[in-house]
Amino acid sequence: MIIDGKAPTGPIETSWDRCRSSLKLVNPANKRKYRILVVGTGLAGASAAASLGELGYNVEVFCYQDSPRRAHCIAAQGGINAAKNYPNDGDSVFRLFYDTIKGGDFRAREADVWRLAQVSNSIIDQCVAQGVPFARDYAGYLDNRSFGGAQVSRTFYARGQTGQQLLMGAYSALMRQVRAGTVKVFPRTEMLDLIVVNGEAKGITLRDLLTGEVRAHTGDAVLLCTGGYVNVFHLSTNAMGCNVTAIWKAYKKGAYFANPCYTQIHPTCVPQTGEYQSKLTLMSESLRNDGRCWVPLKQEDKDKAPEKIHETERDYFLERKYPGYGNLAPRDIASRAAKEVCDDNRGVGPAGRGVYLDFKDAIQRLGENVLRDRFGNLFEMYERITDENPYKTPMRIYPAPHYSMGGLWVDYNLMSNIPGLFVLGEANFSVHGANRLGASALMQGLADGYFIIPYTIADYLAHTKPTSVTPEHQECVKSVMEVKASLRRLLSVNGRRTVTEFRRELGMLMWHSAGMLRSNKSLSETLATIPKIREEFWQNVKISGSETGLNQQLENAGRVADFMEFAELLCVDALHRDESCGGHFRVEHQYEDGEARRNDAQFCYSAAWEHKGPGTEPELHQEPLRFTSVHLAVRSYK
Amino acid sequence: MRPRKQAAPFERRNMTLKLIVWRQKNPDEKGQFETYTARNITPDHSFLEMLDVVNEELIREGKNPIAFDHDCREGICGMCSMVVNGIAHGGHERTTVCQLHMRKFKNGDTIYIEPWRARAFPILFDLVTDRSALDKIIEAGGYISCHTGGVPDGNDILISKTAGDYAMDAAQCIGCGACVAACPNGAAMLFTGAKVSHFAALPQGQVEAPERVAAMVKAMQECGFGNCSNHYECEAVCPKGIHTKFISRMNREFLKALFKENTGTFTPSEK
Ligand SMILES: Cc1cc2nc3c(=O)[nH]c(=O)nc-3n(C[C@H](O)[C@H](O)[C@H](O)COP(=O)(O)OP(=O)(O)OC[C@H]3O[C@@H](n4cnc5c(N)ncnc54)[C@H](O)[C@@H]3O)c2cc1C
Ligand code: FES
Repeated sequence: MIIDGKAPTGPIETSWDRCRSSLKLVNPANKRKYRILVVGTGLAGASAAASLGELGYNVEVFCYQDSPRRAHCIAAQGGINAAKNYPNDGDSVFRLFYDTIKGGDFRAREADVWRLAQVSNSIIDQCVAQGVPFARDYAGYLDNRSFGGAQVSRTFYARGQTGQQLLMGAYSALMRQVRAGTVKVFPRTEMLDLIVVNGEAKGITLRDLLTGEVRAHTGDAVLLCTGGYVNVFHLSTNAMGCNVTAIWKAYKKGAYFANPCYTQIHPTCVPQTGEYQSKLTLMSESLRNDGRCWVPLKQEDKDKAPEKIHETERDYFLERKYPGYGNLAPRDIASRAAKEVCDDNRGVGPAGRGVYLDFKDAIQRLGENVLRDRFGNLFEMYERITDENPYKTPMRIYPAPHYSMGGLWVDYNLMSNIPGLFVLGEANFSVHGANRLGASALMQGLADGYFIIPYTIADYLAHTKPTSVTPEHQECVKSVMEVKASLRRLLSVNGRRTVTEFRRELGMLMWHSAGMLRSNKSLSETLATIPKIREEFWQNVKISGSETGLNQQLENAGRVADFMEFAELLCVDALHRDESCGGHFRVEHQYEDGEARRNDAQFCYSAAWEHKGPGTEPELHQEPLRFTSVHLAVRSYK
Repeated sequence: MRPRKQAAPFERRNMTLKLIVWRQKNPDEKGQFETYTARNITPDHSFLEMLDVVNEELIREGKNPIAFDHDCREGICGMCSMVVNGIAHGGHERTTVCQLHMRKFKNGDTIYIEPWRARAFPILFDLVTDRSALDKIIEAGGYISCHTGGVPDGNDILISKTAGDYAMDAAQCIGCGACVAACPNGAAMLFTGAKVSHFAALPQGQVEAPERVAAMVKAMQECGFGNCSNHYECEAVCPKGIHTKFISRMNREFLKALFKENTGTFTPSEK
C-alpha cells in the first residue's frame, strides 16, 4: 500500500509556516482537561513534556532510570548543529537542509528536513536562555566548530559534554513544570504495552520497576520518546538499558515500523578487550581531525609494538583509499575500511580487531599542549579504559553500532498511523534518511520536543474530546493481564542459560551478519537462525527472583525477548532493500571505491512495516520520496 | 556471508577476588554483608563487569543476583553508585565506579561493596538507593524560568569566556550523589552549590538568583540533608572534580539573598 506522510506541498521555504498557521489550536481553558503521556526523558521527551506543561496540558512522564536527568542523551559528546551562520562561512537553512538530505543518502522526507533546519536556530536561543554553558570566544560570543566532515562550522558545543548540558537544560525546564504542578514524573517505570481504544492511542501499561506492580495509565495522547535500538547488536555505544521495547510493543499494536535496517556504525570506538565486555565507549569523531588511521602493511607485523613499525611498513588506509577526504571520510566509509583491513588479518590489539589512530604527527606539528587542550578529557578517558597513554602510543579504535535512523513511522505532524500516538527523537524515522550526520541527533530531539509537537499535538487534540477511558476500561484490564502473563511466562521457564548469554548470542549474530556489511546470503541465513535462538530462549532462559519487587533480570529478559522479535524485522527490511544506501550496505551493491550504490528507480521510498500477527510476514507499505528542492545525486566524498 | 575468521582468543590473566557485599531485600529489612568469590576476572574488566560475572554465577546457581544501578557505563549518567572499600566510587581521581577497572586491584584482594549511606538516600534494594531528594532540590529552583520560545538570539546575551568556563565547571555535576555519601553530615552542599553557582555566574541566571538559592537551600534542609562543616570529602570523591569553591559561592549567594529586600517569594522569616 502507498502511504502519505501528509507533508505540505508548495514552496518548501514556507512549508512549515503555512502548516503552522493552518493547524488547529486548543483553547487555553481546555488544555488542562487533556492528559498527555510522555514516555522517555531524553532531549525529545523532556523538552516535549516541559513545553506541553508550560502550555497548560496535564502531563505524565515516564523513564526507566531513577531520575529523568539520566536519559541516554547525556552521553552525547560532540555538539549540536544549527544554521546560525555566526562564523559567516556560508551556512544557511538551505545548506543545513541540503547537507542533511545528502548525508542521509536521499532517503528522508524533504519537508521534515527543511523544518528541522529552519527551527535549529531557535533551539540554540532556547538553550542559551536556559543557561546551557555553550563554549564562548573571548569577546563573549558563541563559539562554533566544524564537525563530522561538514564544510561549515555550525556545531555548538559545551566542552565534550554537549548532550549532558542540553539535557540538563531540558531537565530543569521539566522540573520547573513539576514544581508548577503541570507535569508528574514517574521514574523507575517501564512501558510494556500501548493501549489502543477504538483505533486511537489512549494509554500505556507499565511495570513499576521497584514494586513490580503492573498498571495502566490513560490519557488523550501518547508520546514515545524512547530512543534508539542499536543494542540489538552485541556491544554498542548505547547505554545498557537502551531498548526497542516501547516502540516494538506499539508496532505490535498496529504502529508501522519504518526502515528498521537503517543503522549507523561509528568508526571511532575503543575496541573490545574481552568476551565479558558489556559495552563500548565512543571516542569523539573530532579525533579524526588530528589523528591518522593506519595498520601494518604486513600481517606478521600486527603484534609488533607500533613504534617498531617503520613508516614505509604502514598502511594509512583511509588516506590511500580516499585521498580527497583522507582520515575525515564519512562514518560509514571509514568504518567499512577499518573492518576490511582487520578482515585482512592486519588488525591490531586484542583479537586483531582494531586499527591505530595515531597523533604523533599532530603532536610534532602542534605540540602536546595543543592536543591536551583539544582532547585532554578524551585521552584521559581512553587511558582509564585501556591503561595506554595516547600521547605516547597510538590509540586503537574499532567501529561499533551507534545510532538507529529507522524507527516508528510518523507523518509530518510526528503522529504515527495510530491516531494519538506521536513519536519523537531517535525513536521515530523522520529526518536522517539512511545515515545521520554528526551533531544532528541532539538537534532533532529538541526540534521535535520544543518546536514541533506543541503545535502539531494541538491539531489532534482539537479534534478529540478529553478521554473518558480510565484504567478500569476493558482494553486496559486486558493489556495489564497480558503483560503480567508474559512476565510470568518468562519467570516460569526456569531453564539453564542466562539472559545475558542469549542477548550476546543474538547480538553477535546480528553484528556479524547484519552489521556493517549485509548480503542476501548473510541475511537469509540469519533469518533462519533467529527463530531458533528465540525458541531456545523461551525454553531455556533462567531468571531468578520473582515478579514483585526489583528484578533487574526480569527487566533485561523482557528487553531481550523484544530484541529477538525485532531482529527479524530488521533483517526482513535489510533483505527487501536490495540496494545500498547510507548505513545500509549490501555488498552486492557498491561502486569500485566502496561507496554505497543506491537504486533510485526501485527503492526511492521509505519502507513502513505493518505487524500482521505472530508467525505471519509483516506487510510492506511504501511512502514514496519526492524531491523538489534538491536533485538526487551520487553521494561522493572522494 | 564471508567466511568468518576465527578471531584469536582474548588474552586471559585471571584474578580471583573476595567480595563482601551489602545485601538488603527492601527498605525496611535490616541488611547484611555476604561473601562471594569473583573468579576469572581480568585487569581489563571494569568494576561493574566484574560484578556482572559474579551475578551470572549467582543466577546459574539459582540465587538472586546483586542489584545495582547503572546505565551509561561511561561515567556520565550518574546512575552507578556504590561505596568500594569505604570510599564512594572507589577512590580513584575523577572516576565513577563504572569507569574503575580491575587493574587497580591485585589478585587475591578482598573488596567491600556497600550502597550510598545517607539519611536522605534510603536503601531500596542491595546497592540501589533512592536519590529522588536530589530531584526535589532542582524542582525547588534549579532552573531559569524561561518559557519555550520568545527568547532572544543566543548572541544577544554576551558571556565572558571566564564566566562561561566557570559555569561549565559547575554544570558538569552528574548528580550521582557521591558527595552526599562521602560527607560525614550527609550534606548535599556540593551538589546544590554547583547548580546555584552555575546559574549565578550567568547573566540570564542572575535575575532569579536570590529566590533560587533560598528555595534550593530550603529544599535541601527539608529533604534531610545535613550541613557542611568543611570536611572536603565531597570534593575528594566527586567523579567530575567539582570544586568546593562552589559551596562558598552558594553561601555568599545565600547571604546576599538574606540582605536583599524585595526578593520575591523569599523573606528571611521563611528560612
Ligand atoms: C556515545 C554517544 C555520543 C553521541 N554524541 C552525539 C553528538 O555529539 N551529537 C548528536 O547530535 N548526537 C549524538 N548522539 C546521539 C544522541 O545522543 C541520541 O540520538 C539521543 O540521545 C536520542 O535522544 P532521545 O531523546 O530520542 O532518546 P534517549 O536520550 O535515548 O532517551 C530515551 C528515554 O526513554 C526512556 N525509555 C526507553 N525505553 C523505555 C520504556 N520501555 N519505558 C519507559 N521509558 C523508556 C529512557 O528512560 C530515556 O529517558 C550520541 C550517542 C551516543 C551513544
Ligand atoms: S553508569 Fe553512568 S556514570 Fe556510571
